[in-house]
Amino acid sequence: MIRVILRRIPMALLVALTVSILGFALLRLSGDLVRELAGDTAGPEQLAEVARAYGLDKPLPIQYLNWLWDLLRGDFGTSLFTGEAVSSLIATRAGPTIILALASLVVAVAIGVPLGVLAAANPNTFTDRLIAVVAVFGQAVPNFWFGLVMLVIFAVKLKWLPVAGDDTAAHFVLPVITLALSIMPQFVRVTRSGVLDAMGADYIRTARSKGIPTRRLYMRHALRNAILPVVSLSAVTLGFLLGGSVIVESVFSINGLGLLAYSSILSNDFPVVQAIVVIVSIVYVFLTLLSDAVNAWIDPRLRG
Amino acid sequence: MANPSDRAGNPTLSPRQLMVMRAVGHRGFIIGAFVTALYVFMAVAAPLIAPFDPLDQNLLAKLAPPVWQDGGSWQHPLGTDSVGRDYLSRLIFGARISIMIGFFAALVSAIVGTSIGLLGGYFGGRVDAVVMYIVNVKLAMPGLLVALALVSAFGSSFVTLVIILSLLFWDRYAIVVRTLSQQFRNQDFVLAARAAGASTARILFRELLPNLMNAVIVVLTLEMALAIVIEAALSFLGLGVRPPNPSWGLMISEGRQYMFFRPHLVIAPGVAILGLVIAINVLGDGFRDIAAPEDRR
Repeated sequence: MIRVILRRIPMALLVALTVSILGFALLRLSGDLVRELAGDTAGPEQLAEVARAYGLDKPLPIQYLNWLWDLLRGDFGTSLFTGEAVSSLIATRAGPTIILALASLVVAVAIGVPLGVLAAANPNTFTDRLIAVVAVFGQAVPNFWFGLVMLVIFAVKLKWLPVAGDDTAAHFVLPVITLALSIMPQFVRVTRSGVLDAMGADYIRTARSKGIPTRRLYMRHALRNAILPVVSLSAVTLGFLLGGSVIVESVFSINGLGLLAYSSILSNDFPVVQAIVVIVSIVYVFLTLLSDAVNAWIDPRLRG
Repeated sequence: MANPSDRAGNPTLSPRQLMVMRAVGHRGFIIGAFVTALYVFMAVAAPLIAPFDPLDQNLLAKLAPPVWQDGGSWQHPLGTDSVGRDYLSRLIFGARISIMIGFFAALVSAIVGTSIGLLGGYFGGRVDAVVMYIVNVKLAMPGLLVALALVSAFGSSFVTLVIILSLLFWDRYAIVVRTLSQQFRNQDFVLAARAAGASTARILFRELLPNLMNAVIVVLTLEMALAIVIEAALSFLGLGVRPPNPSWGLMISEGRQYMFFRPHLVIAPGVAILGLVIAINVLGDGFRDIAAPEDRR
């Protein structure tokens, strides 16, 4: 297991480094940071002074290295908008996003994987088709729209749930359903094809011929084979949710990372956007590394 | 599914004829194709079908109710929006934006992704390592956030929007094409071409590419569906298609504040997106079945 991780580390580091360069470059090249810092009324002398004070008069590669060095020491700079340290800004806003992402993932896996097994156990039957229809719907529905419609039905008309915010568990019900619906179809598909693959394999035929009950065959043997892609997909999805929940956060007014990124983008708050992009990417790289390790632990064949 | 048109039964049919026969017998494909064609027709013929100009404001007829609510009339079957524009006409013209942006984003990313995947899969070795590195970097970046930041920085004209969206979608083509060209590169038809002295470019584009086309088309439908949803999402967040253009995502965002007493302002554009995206998905799934029935699961 450790060997698997060690082998993947060079690529992971390279990817993380590249992402940091891209994150830095994309946002630095897309706007004039000095002008943002100094304000619209600043004259040329003030601009030069601001540039010197923030190290922005140096060549871009040097600026990048300085930024990276600060980053490695945990200093993400300060928000241009509020003057707060970016690290503490992110720390206070990460909570709701992490809760949202984890809860949606758990719900999607808890529903998607059994549906996938059910579909694989009855291929090309009515059950299979019905599950496919649910999956297509979940994949096709724009989640901001689905969230709004649910908001009107369950929060406004029926008054079962709160309309907006992130104070209580009840606030998370609709957003979690919305996000879970949109990520569930992939889990259904991956599980279904994994189980179908396994059911055709020799070891399942052997197990079947030994008289192992069908139910145990699915749960114990086939699902075990299908669980590897589910683990990988979970890692990828979690990484995606951390950076991709901006839409749902904005529909349900959840004060998480997504909404922070969105408002920072609108107000040209470069340091915050940069930090979020880089952190989310590095978390993603870490999660995929972790899922490789977990898979190697589940399946000894991958340890090679 | 029973298939009367198997190769064994019709030895005289060409693969293409077989595909057409299978297509005719595939219910999902036919329905998906029909609904998609309806949307395309709606987009192309929008000026002829739509009762009004989608941009014409009529401040005397703001928020007119739809025909099924009290005070509604057939003059505006879906009522009007907050500045008195005919909602049905905006909905019809909205198909243009969705389909154009979705299609071109999927197409541009198909060209980029297919080229990258073809290089990695065919050449292998160091070229492939570079390809996998680029794909990994793409996968690690939070695409939606980067897209939002780029739109905010570079604006959202049609061309910028298509380019930014295609940055989000090229990776799946690259992965699919890479895997397939790894399988193909040592098969007889490629080896024969190489032995006959064909240039690398010829092998890539005349031998390999035609064999990858079906898989690329399947991915294209999936990515086009996804691109339509993402365009709507960007427009909903105010960083996509600009007002007063009738993008469905933008219409949902504009209708949001009236959704308690005019819920159809939000529901109708959502249903329009949902119908188109489902149709394209079903069409793509059907095409996969038809193009490679032996891979069907």
